[in-house]
Amino acid sequence: MRPALRRWVFLAGAAGLVAFYLWGLSGLPGFGNYPGPYGPAILRIAVAQTHATGVVSAVNFEYRGFDTVGEEFILFTAAAGTAIVLRMLRGERERPPADEARDRDVPPTSGAVRTVALMFTGPVVVAGWWLASHAQANPSGGFQGGVVLATAFILIYLAGEFLTFRRLSPTAIADAVEAAGAGGFAAIGLAAVCLGLPYLDNFLPLGQIPGAVSSSGTIALISFFVGLEVAAAFILIVSELLEQTLLIRHGGG
Amino acid sequence: MQVFPFIVVAWIAGVGLYGIVTSRNLIHQIVCLIVVQSSTYVLLLGVGYVTGAVAPYYYDVPVRTPAVDPVVQALALTDVVVEAAVTALLLSVAIQAHKRFGTLDPHELAEFKG
Repeated sequence: MRPALRRWVFLAGAAGLVAFYLWGLSGLPGFGNYPGPYGPAILRIAVAQTHATGVVSAVNFEYRGFDTVGEEFILFTAAAGTAIVLRMLRGERERPPADEARDRDVPPTSGAVRTVALMFTGPVVVAGWWLASHAQANPSGGFQGGVVLATAFILIYLAGEFLTFRRLSPTAIADAVEAAGAGGFAAIGLAAVCLGLPYLDNFLPLGQIPGAVSSSGTIALISFFVGLEVAAAFILIVSELLEQTLLIRHGGG
Repeated sequence: MQVFPFIVVAWIAGVGLYGIVTSRNLIHQIVCLIVVQSSTYVLLLGVGYVTGAVAPYYYDVPVRTPAVDPVVQALALTDVVVEAAVTALLLSVAIQAHKRFGTLDPHELAEFKG
């Protein structure tokens, strides 16, 4: 399709989109007047029912828990998909890109980057762990914590070499952690079924103080498993992408 | 009716879409897709907003305090996860396309068959 024709097709589509958007807006209750019913109903009962003061986590890991299982497996599938798409293609070793010298020196990491990255690694691990284990209390949770935990490993990559990154997060271990995280979430749901309750029902003791680390039963546990899954999935995706760079650097080998 | 948040939504989605259509580089196109998706976060949070309410966290406020809708916030989280997954897959496909055809220009790529 020629660029000019392309632009006209886009403009026609965009006009339709704008019309539907305005039509949809005219039916909304207006900014700041959210009428419910689900939000207010959950806000009324969530803290008493789940002992989680973070109502968003209660929605994610309890009321919509089944959706979140699917959401977690989307990430699981994405990590697997990346590995499959970026597999070694036939003839890849024999055909290095023409502009790459076979033994070009990789410039060493600067001391400043190295120091800052290593300085942040420890605090980032603590922050990620804290986020993944406080879903029930505040705006944190396994998804946020997992991404921050994965960042710690990317800092290690920045500070040193790709090989150090690989040594500290070998794909086999990351694979196992990812599987444990995704499987753990599903298993918590099945455990409820074994106890004769609905899937993902909160069967653990809720604790005395709402918002404490020990409160909210399965919400805290699920958040922890999600944290493992997300951290491992991101480490796998990033190392797949980095491997591609490394591959080209060394002339396809 | 306060429409400003919804104008922001339309603007973010609009510039992102324009970028996707006019881009000559797959990586740039993927970034534009992320921009389009960002508009949905603003839309979701805008829909669930309640004037004068607090965030739906009762850690240090009394339980009866009016709060904004927690359901759309949970949906925004799902949105972020889906975006991360989609981005990772698209980037890998872009890498493979570049390896096989030696170009990231979508117009040139369209000329290759299979």
